[in-house]
Amino acid sequence: MALDRWIGLVLLGVCLVYGYAAWFTMDDMLAPFMQRNPIWPSTFPKVLSLLGIAASLVIVLGLEKGEAKIGDIDYRKLWEYNLGQALLLLGLMVLYALLLRPAGFILSTSGFLILGSVILGERRFILTVIIAAIATGVVWYLVQVVLGIFLRPLPVFMGI
Amino acid sequence: MLEGLLIGLQTALSIQNLLMVIGGCLIGTFIGMLPGLGPMSIIAIMIPVAISMGDPSAALILLAGVYYGAIFGGSTSSILLNAPGVAGTVASSFDGFPMARQGKAGKALTIAAIASFAGGTIGAVLLMVFAPMLSSVALLFHSAEYFALMVVGLSAIAAFAGTGQVAKALLMTILGLIMATVGEGALFNMPRFTMGLMDLQSGFGFITLAMAMFALPEALFLVLKPRDTQESDGDIKDLRITRAEAKAIAPVIGRQSIQGFFIGVLPGAGATIASFLGYAVERNIASKEEQAEFGKGSIKGLAAPETANNAACTGSFVPLLTLGIPGSGTTAILLGALIALNVTPGPRLMIDEPQIFWAVIMSMFIGNLVLLVLNLPLIPYIAKVLSIPRNFLIPFILFFTLMGAYIGQNNATELLLLVGFGIFATILRFADYPLAPLLIGFILGGMLENNFARSMQLYDGVSFIWERPMTLGLLVIAAILIILPSYRSRRARIRASGIADGD
Repeated sequence: MALDRWIGLVLLGVCLVYGYAAWFTMDDMLAPFMQRNPIWPSTFPKVLSLLGIAASLVIVLGLEKGEAKIGDIDYRKLWEYNLGQALLLLGLMVLYALLLRPAGFILSTSGFLILGSVILGERRFILTVIIAAIATGVVWYLVQVVLGIFLRPLPVFMGI
Repeated sequence: MLEGLLIGLQTALSIQNLLMVIGGCLIGTFIGMLPGLGPMSIIAIMIPVAISMGDPSAALILLAGVYYGAIFGGSTSSILLNAPGVAGTVASSFDGFPMARQGKAGKALTIAAIASFAGGTIGAVLLMVFAPMLSSVALLFHSAEYFALMVVGLSAIAAFAGTGQVAKALLMTILGLIMATVGEGALFNMPRFTMGLMDLQSGFGFITLAMAMFALPEALFLVLKPRDTQESDGDIKDLRITRAEAKAIAPVIGRQSIQGFFIGVLPGAGATIASFLGYAVERNIASKEEQAEFGKGSIKGLAAPETANNAACTGSFVPLLTLGIPGSGTTAILLGALIALNVTPGPRLMIDEPQIFWAVIMSMFIGNLVLLVLNLPLIPYIAKVLSIPRNFLIPFILFFTLMGAYIGQNNATELLLLVGFGIFATILRFADYPLAPLLIGFILGGMLENNFARSMQLYDGVSFIWERPMTLGLLVIAAILIILPSYRSRRARIRASGIADGD
């Protein structure tokens, strides 16, 4: 089974769960006066779940034949590309998400930019550090001062 | 209309807005030139900036400038490097890159700039004529018709964007609609489908989703498969074109501006289809000896897609500004930005806030002029951006997607959602699922449900579907749009297999 049909299967599951939530769990919470309304909060989701199940079934069962195309990247040979770098960068993004608040903007952002370049194979460390430091400073200034959105600059234990 | 033009000029010619146009065009050109970053990602990245400015006309002017600049920048990289930054400029590389190879890079860029300028300007004139007409018709619409119109728009997008696989595009649209129902709706104040998570109470952030659907997969694709860009040798010089060349491309520009504009107005079609179709049409109607030149550096073959894609970009503003229904991914992102700024595009826009509507049109003229007068001479310098090493570029792209999602909501959970959806979107792209329908469905979802609910309440049930002929007609059109392509491909397949079995 090709990847697009597997995805269709997963989305079918999503639609089924969504449909279950819409058909069976939402209406009990409705206040009695709202039940006299012609439309309930669950009406639109109910319709959507049916449409979604129908569309994903068409894909899973392969009712609509299209020629299999290989785009920019052939997922069957994923390991031939720079998969490791991509996964490491994604991990780095998750780390950034978790550390942004506790470690402060300056530390986490410069760390992200430096490590990102290093993961991609950059070995001129001094240049990397200088670029990351300048970029962090400029972005912090723009966001904090120009746009006026608060970004905690320093780690938690060092004050604000 | 004259009054409107003057209002627009008054707004657009303020110092702040002029700076917005110039800045937007420059930023757009800069980033649009980088291979792998299309106008959708750039606009998604720019949205937090635009929203925090607080002035809707300035924001829309900035974003429109970025949009134009991105298309222009994309054609620059496809001419110089044969690496189109934007799908809409792929057709420009057919003839632009051979010209650059022959040492006529400067001439190719000038032709591209002039063609873009003419396409954009003629498109803006057509927009000025057609948008008020369309919006006076749209004022007659009832919420039931709006509901039906959005269904037509969504199914047209699914039918066109699906590249022969309507079911996939349809599923993506429905998924977008499903995602729009998460959180608290405007009509009923109770949380739906939040799974008890506080972070989902206000629904998914639209900027987060836009970044995750477009910017992040593109960046990941750049990591996975470094593009091998072919350097064009030599400097960019000799930006002039001769009188004979100008005469040759003038009719092409005229035809393609009009054709591109109307393709752009159709939901789901947009700049990419307009440019390919423009190229194909011009090749077919060219004379024999000119036809042989196409693909080897024909100036007509460069002017056609360049004109068409800019005219289509302008055309795609028509449904956005008059009906409030975006026809393409880019205008869907613009719609989200406008809603965040408390402006609802639609037929009332021209009556309630004419200064926004006309200022945008005026800034289109100014933006096109800026691209021609300011950007063209700067191109040799801007093209230096192409030599930024990828090791520095990619971390910055990723960082800007993260920052955009974070400062929109000021919530670190949003970043985890961004990464999660980004991985999901990348997998979907592997399997050739179109992503624009998902975002358009997500943005239209709330409006679609509200209009549906309103007409249900007015008619006390679904009877509005058959009691209002216009609604019924529109819904029938929507059904035909979905069924027809799959029916035709099925018939073609049956016929093809019949021939194969015949011997």
